Amino acid sequence: MSSKEATSGRYKKMSMSPKEYKTYAQSKEPPRSVFANCVKAYVVGGLICVLGQAVTELFVHLMGMTPEQASNPTVAVMIFISVILTCLGVYDKIAQFAGAGSAVPVTGFANSMCSAALEHRSEGLVLGVGGNMFKLAGSVIVFGTVAAFFVGIAHLILGTGGQ
Amino acid sequence: MLRGKQTWWFESRPVIIGAATVVGPDEGEGPLAADFDLVHPELDMQQKSWEKAERLLLEQASEFALQHAGIDSSQLQFFVGGDLLNQIISNSFAARSLGVPYVGVFGACSTSMETLALASLMVDSGAAQYAMAATCSHNCTAEKQFRYPTEYGSQKPPTAQYTVTGAGAAVIASSGSGPYVECATVGKIVDLGIKDPFNMGAAMAPAAVDTIQSHFNDTGRTPGDYDIIVTGDLAGVGHPIARDLLTRGGVPIDNTDFNDCGLMVYDVKKQKVQAGGSGCACSAVVTYGHLLKRMRKGQLKRILVVATGALLSPLSFQQGESIPCIAHAVSICAGGEGA
Amino acid sequence: MIFLWAFLVGGAICMLGQIMFDVFKMTPAHTMATLVVIGAVVDGFNLYEPLIKFAGAGATVPITSFGNALVHGALTELHTSGWIGVISGIFKVTSAGISAAIIFSFLASLVVRPKG
Repeated sequence: MSSKEATSGRYKKMSMSPKEYKTYAQSKEPPRSVFANCVKAYVVGGLICVLGQAVTELFVHLMGMTPEQASNPTVAVMIFISVILTCLGVYDKIAQFAGAGSAVPVTGFANSMCSAALEHRSEGLVLGVGGNMFKLAGSVIVFGTVAAFFVGIAHLILGTGGQ
Repeated sequence: MLRGKQTWWFESRPVIIGAATVVGPDEGEGPLAADFDLVHPELDMQQKSWEKAERLLLEQASEFALQHAGIDSSQLQFFVGGDLLNQIISNSFAARSLGVPYVGVFGACSTSMETLALASLMVDSGAAQYAMAATCSHNCTAEKQFRYPTEYGSQKPPTAQYTVTGAGAAVIASSGSGPYVECATVGKIVDLGIKDPFNMGAAMAPAAVDTIQSHFNDTGRTPGDYDIIVTGDLAGVGHPIARDLLTRGGVPIDNTDFNDCGLMVYDVKKQKVQAGGSGCACSAVVTYGHLLKRMRKGQLKRILVVATGALLSPLSFQQGESIPCIAHAVSICAGGEGA
Repeated sequence: MIFLWAFLVGGAICMLGQIMFDVFKMTPAHTMATLVVIGAVVDGFNLYEPLIKFAGAGATVPITSFGNALVHGALTELHTSGWIGVISGIFKVTSAGISAAIIFSFLASLVVRPKG
């Protein structure tokens, strides 16, 4: 059945251009269940916010704080919970299900820092943990700060001078 | 002996006198679990870092391969290896333990067949009596280097693949009993502009098709000449693309069992591996563990393994570059078989 | 009631993030950076505080509130200290979040190893 002669060029090479291939490959991608993902993100994200609200209420009613005063401790508690879940190895499993529902809340921010810290512990505390902790969270801080600066400058120029 | 444009034909029939595979827990839960020499129950293998765990896998696989081959490391002339990590560090350390002259290569997930081809070339040309081809990968080291910290909560899309934790090593000799390496087609880089590192299957499929076509053109063979043709790790997205492209190119790929190691190593429906397996170890453990076993049982006489690699770097993606891919094909025959 | 609004508003912001993931194919880093900037801009138009009053944690828990807090710090300081406040005030309000994240992550790294 096998011919001993090498027949060069018997099978012609593919002649799709990169553009054509990109379109073709996109058509072959398994569809992301966008609707289902959005529902899951909505529900999980909403529940995390409800948890945050419950924590705030605890601080307001048990410790007599005003809602404004309670917001800092609430954020700290949410971050603490996120760090615990990350350490238990559970946060990434929740995230595969919830997507943005677990990434967008401040818990996602804490998870990005904690996971980087845990991962790079093997490179030491200074270069590993210290040098890599903001690997993922860094963009958020940088862009937030730069945006705040420009918003501030805009207010300064427009003379609306802040609150 | 060069045949055609890019195929090495090994006239002296270098023999795989011993091979071994060591894997991690996820592979141990897959359908091929019984074909591996050792299954580690934990991802860290009691090591202090993921990197040390990967190194251990490779050291163990090489040790077991030598045992199966019935030779000692002092008899080995050359060790050809590669992995996914920066500077292929796992192989440098494993070569240090072995104490054998070392040739390090980088082929990403195509490393298994790249190293097998080179080791066979060494033996066939008389440059070595015994040469070892080995490769390894670890899910956590790959995630840490190429994607995100392992505990980071990112949602993987359905096109993403799961890096196999494992190592495969084979000892090739000029004579002995075992399956022999018949020929190897060295691939060239094929890049059709796919930039998404979470869809490597689509990026690599054209490279596999290119190498397969070159192989058939160079050897004058057709798919029906092989009992099975496997691609390395095109998985659920790339493999159907490759099949479609081959068919469009007039290659009668349906005349043989055309499968993919990334789809064989895991139960894609039950295990959370998205599109399927990937990583250097994917094609290595499936070939050296499962396929060679089937050969020894007499179920397969001639196989073609087309290992596929996505040669991107963590930086190239950030710089907006597309993914250059490659595929290397090696034909392995059961011992005592006439061509 | 505020619990209901916390759920509805918080969920909506997260869903916006999911749309960025799935429809615009943005990476998590790009998505979070965009949401933070959105939060900052919304506060620049003085619209984030009213959202917090009515949705509570639904507005303070998502990452957009980080952008809001940064702008708040800048604008408050601008009001009290003049133009230099635009730079010096940015981190005043967000200190709790960033400090907590750094401290807890660091302590965790001392005792916990990643599970893979």
